Amino acid sequence: MRASGPNALRTGLIFGAAAVYLCLVGMVETFSRRWMIADTLSLGHVVLLAVGVGAGYVATSGPGGRRQRLGPLAGLAAGAVVGAALGSLLLAGAVVDLRVMFINASPRLYHILAFGAPLPDGVGLLLVLGAMAGAAGWGLAAVSPRVRRGFLSGLAAVLVIGVFQDLLQLLLQGPPLVTTIRDVLFSVDGPSASGAAAACGLTWVVIAARSRYGMLRRTGPSLSPSGQRGLQFLRWGLVLALLLVLPIAGGPFVAQVMVLVGLYLLMGLGLNLEVGFAGLLDLGFVAFFAIGAYTVALLTSRGEHGIAHWSFWAAVPAAMAVSLVAGVLFGIPVLRVRGDYLAIATLGLGEIVRLLVLSDALRPWLGGSFGVLLIPKPHIDGWELSGPRELYYLTLVVSGLIAYVASRLQDSPLGRAWMAIREDEDVAEAIGISLVTTKLLAYGLGGAMGGAGGAIFAVLVGSVFPQSFSLLISINVLVLIILGGMGSLWGVVVGALVLVGLPELLREFGDYRFLVYGIVLVAMMLFRPEGLLPAAAQRRELHAADVTPAGDPAAAVAVSGAGPGEA
Amino acid sequence: MSILVVDHVTKRFGGLVAIGDLVLDVAAQTIHSVIGPNGAGKTTVFNCLTGFYRPDEGHVVFREERIDGLLPDEIARRGIARTYQNIRLFANMTVLDNVRVGHHIHVTATWVGTIFNTPGARQEEARVLEEASRLLRFVGLGDQHERLAKHLPYGAQRRLEIARALASRPALLLLDEPAAGMSPREALDTMAFIRRLRDDLGITIVLIEHQMRVVMGISDCVTVLDHGVKIAEGPPEEIQRDPRVIAAYLGVHRVQTVPPADHTRGAS
Repeated sequence: MRASGPNALRTGLIFGAAAVYLCLVGMVETFSRRWMIADTLSLGHVVLLAVGVGAGYVATSGPGGRRQRLGPLAGLAAGAVVGAALGSLLLAGAVVDLRVMFINASPRLYHILAFGAPLPDGVGLLLVLGAMAGAAGWGLAAVSPRVRRGFLSGLAAVLVIGVFQDLLQLLLQGPPLVTTIRDVLFSVDGPSASGAAAACGLTWVVIAARSRYGMLRRTGPSLSPSGQRGLQFLRWGLVLALLLVLPIAGGPFVAQVMVLVGLYLLMGLGLNLEVGFAGLLDLGFVAFFAIGAYTVALLTSRGEHGIAHWSFWAAVPAAMAVSLVAGVLFGIPVLRVRGDYLAIATLGLGEIVRLLVLSDALRPWLGGSFGVLLIPKPHIDGWELSGPRELYYLTLVVSGLIAYVASRLQDSPLGRAWMAIREDEDVAEAIGISLVTTKLLAYGLGGAMGGAGGAIFAVLVGSVFPQSFSLLISINVLVLIILGGMGSLWGVVVGALVLVGLPELLREFGDYRFLVYGIVLVAMMLFRPEGLLPAAAQRRELHAADVTPAGDPAAAVAVSGAGPGEA
Repeated sequence: MSILVVDHVTKRFGGLVAIGDLVLDVAAQTIHSVIGPNGAGKTTVFNCLTGFYRPDEGHVVFREERIDGLLPDEIARRGIARTYQNIRLFANMTVLDNVRVGHHIHVTATWVGTIFNTPGARQEEARVLEEASRLLRFVGLGDQHERLAKHLPYGAQRRLEIARALASRPALLLLDEPAAGMSPREALDTMAFIRRLRDDLGITIVLIEHQMRVVMGISDCVTVLDHGVKIAEGPPEEIQRDPRVIAAYLGVHRVQTVPPADHTRGAS
């Protein structure tokens, strides 16, 4: 109680500093070019408001903070401090020219900050709005978690609609019903106020209904097996339909982005086999991608380095086979290396492959830094898969096949042996699992999947260069599995979409998307270390404590340590 | 008939002799206990038998075949399974998967069969599932299939570890302190359970245990180690009366704990 006043001020100062920072790096100005609600609220203002709400939330959501009588006041104060920080930026900008140091402190920024009002009014407006945002933050902390989740999901829906408005407007073309939805959601300049309200409300209702349905499912009679199958069928049908229509409705750019997502998905599935299933950290995964790409390039190229003029369809299995063998060879020297040392060793092996293709010694065969050119596009019966849309379907089919293989492997004797090695290598060996065979299979099969990605990459670009296979790709693939959830196949899909797809679709936000990305990654590791869509086991592990009070009998028993089997 | 012969095995770590010239003969379908004070080298013996350590001298012969120098997985394939003093389950795998992975050495389906979901692979999965369920019922965990191993209570974890070891259908089972940390009542249950392993399944058991009541209650033969050296061996009743054993356990003055041969040499 006594500490709540200074605490609120301190929180407000921290968030205020963050808000000023976002202004001075130019993010707010760039973001304000995008309407979240047409002619009313820009994304830049949304960001600033979110900082104010966050300050109010953090200042009041601490232990006991919610129950304090002065809770609303603390939130109000924290928000007002954020407003004051921005106001002082405004004042400072009026007195001295901040542009000497901060090139983004432009008149336009001041205009945005003051909501177009002249200076004294602008500062007052900032204080009032900040206080209101802080109070809203208190409100968010005070309501029940279910209401909070519903409300935040609604806001997230509005945000998604605002950020992806171009793409959505593109997708919502066609039959009258679809165009009606578009006209409700969007006015000429951006999402309409009524559309945003409708989207927010609808999402809220859906979330509430889902949690109610989930509770029913746990307590009441469940759906009949055939009903469940039908639901499953429907869900898959919808996903498939969306995937098939996406490049047609979204145009070549979306198709191009999705091909890139597919390539990372293939690599992610392969690396997930090594890191997620078998626990073998690999920082040189790009080697397999390169080997797959170069194999296809050499086998099919019409240029000077082509050796066989095979068709793409014959070259893909060959590329996967070569990558598989490469994976086994890659695994042999690091068989006895564990943990951190394995990371370093694989890093070195990955670099070796890149340097080999770059080297002058192998230039007569691999083209050195000039690469291998003139890789023909795949043909099906005279039809050339040349554009991004055609290659999108190719990637979709290959990714689907590889994902199926990975899911089969996950729930198999080999998959269980991998997991056993991940959990405890010594014990796994003592129950009869051969570390040599099992580890080499993980490297080999994972490598083959990466090689499939490389094969498609080769025909997508039409040429391969050593520069395309940098360490950064290995790291990106690793990050996408961690982001999605180690060992989870759906996690890889989500990770690839989020880490590869979003930055491509959000190009207009320039480099600020990477700033946001950094923040999101750090926040993820802090609050959701198991990833977005974790494997079931990981989720239970990291959130066992959250589940127990909610009445999960198994978890409750586990924690209390009195299982029914304990007699 | 002996199933396991430890033939003059010595294992050193640097200058320390962990096991010195150990001779051990384990008869088939018996319960053979290895006891001794802390640091006597009991677990080192297990590690030498399962291929975790390679003996510096001597041989280990299992079912008339030398197994020292083989890799742990090769030894497991020949029919030796073990549990660990500090329970070592696959903590983030389910109870069922812990046992299913224990069947590993009997799985014949390859990953290719798995991918194409061949009838052979499917039948084998079904068979492994059935066997694992049976084993889990046998150890009293039949209703816990989907729980994570680490969420089981302590006693259940011990039994799951034994179930995992049994899944490989071993001829010899090495149990490292199976009753550690158990109440007298639980220890009694464990004793009955170990007897069933010998009598119902015909498994030979080598046991490390600190609870004397358990050791004396179920062993057919007891070997006593002290500082890596065997100081006594015989049926439980004899061991209980053996003055050297009593001395080793009660920490009587060193002169009285050394074997008689050394004693005379020291006196001369």
